[in-house]
Amino acid sequence: MSFFERLTGKKSASSAKERLQLVLIHDRVDITPAVLEALKEELLAVISRHVDIDPSSVHVELATEGRSQRLVADIPIKPVARRRAA
Amino acid sequence: MTGKVITITSGKGGVGKTTTVANLAVALAADGKKVVCIDGDIGLRNLDVVMGLENRIVYDIVDIVEGRCKTRQAMIRDKRLPELFLIPAAQTRDKNAVSPSDMVRLCDELRPDVDWILIDSPAGIERGFRNAIAAADKVLIVTNPEMSAVRDADRVVGLLEAEEKNAPSLIVNRLNPSMVKRGDMLSVDDVYDLLRIDVIGIVPEDENVIVASNKGVPLTIEARSKAGLAFRNIARRLNGEQVPFLELESQGLWERLARLAGRK
Repeated sequence: MSFFERLTGKKSASSAKERLQLVLIHDRVDITPAVLEALKEELLAVISRHVDIDPSSVHVELATEGRSQRLVADIPIKPVARRRAA
Repeated sequence: MTGKVITITSGKGGVGKTTTVANLAVALAADGKKVVCIDGDIGLRNLDVVMGLENRIVYDIVDIVEGRCKTRQAMIRDKRLPELFLIPAAQTRDKNAVSPSDMVRLCDELRPDVDWILIDSPAGIERGFRNAIAAADKVLIVTNPEMSAVRDADRVVGLLEAEEKNAPSLIVNRLNPSMVKRGDMLSVDDVYDLLRIDVIGIVPEDENVIVASNKGVPLTIEARSKAGLAFRNIARRLNGEQVPFLELESQGLWERLARLAGRK
């Protein structure tokens, strides 16, 4: 255990679990982080054509529910008032 | 009788499939059931040595499939348990000598005369794995509480889902309770959270497993070891019994004293 781990109290089993959670999601759906990033960019491009959104607050991620995976996109829309002011 | 076919697989090698097959077979046969084990690992056979039957092999599974012997002739009877049989893998043959449909045919032939057919799958997800799961009524996936074993187990679960097999169950083998306690090993709950399949057995790491395989006497036959007990419990669960999981937490002196005090 490194000094840092001792300090934060983080044990190797919990990092194993976190790492596995990510690895398993990508194994199951065969979507690499790079593909996910490309998907996000394209999604943003399409949506921006119709709706005013703030790219920095968009979250597109893979989520697990039991043994099934879903693609979750959280895309906040800029309020109308702010758009007018801009 | 309509024998039930149980396939034991894992994805990753070395997690304890063969040990599991040998011990479940012994536990089921000790209960008076007729059990046939099939070693599905053609070219790397091992179930024979773990069961201590390596000197009695005449025919093997490829001889059955290719018609050089009758199925019965390749079934080695375990002298300690007269209702326990092994069909060994071929050691020197091409592993493509057996196909999934051969396995289905063999199991269908055995089913009417036995209670249980246990198939020891090879590691990996290729032909041997396909053969091993082809006839399975139930698949047990053996894993260790460790990154690569859990990851490979997940791949196998995915492949079984794709094949539309019945939902598999999980055996977490080689759990080290004191490492779990100090946070340096995934717990059974962690493994369940990750894989989300039914847990049918938790087997602690146990030196007796090596001793037993050295002697060719499966644990469940003699030693009163924790791992042996865990395997016997899995066999009882396969028979439909509700058996609680073993208390594996290694207890310190204080906990033991506190327990004793609590009992008064």
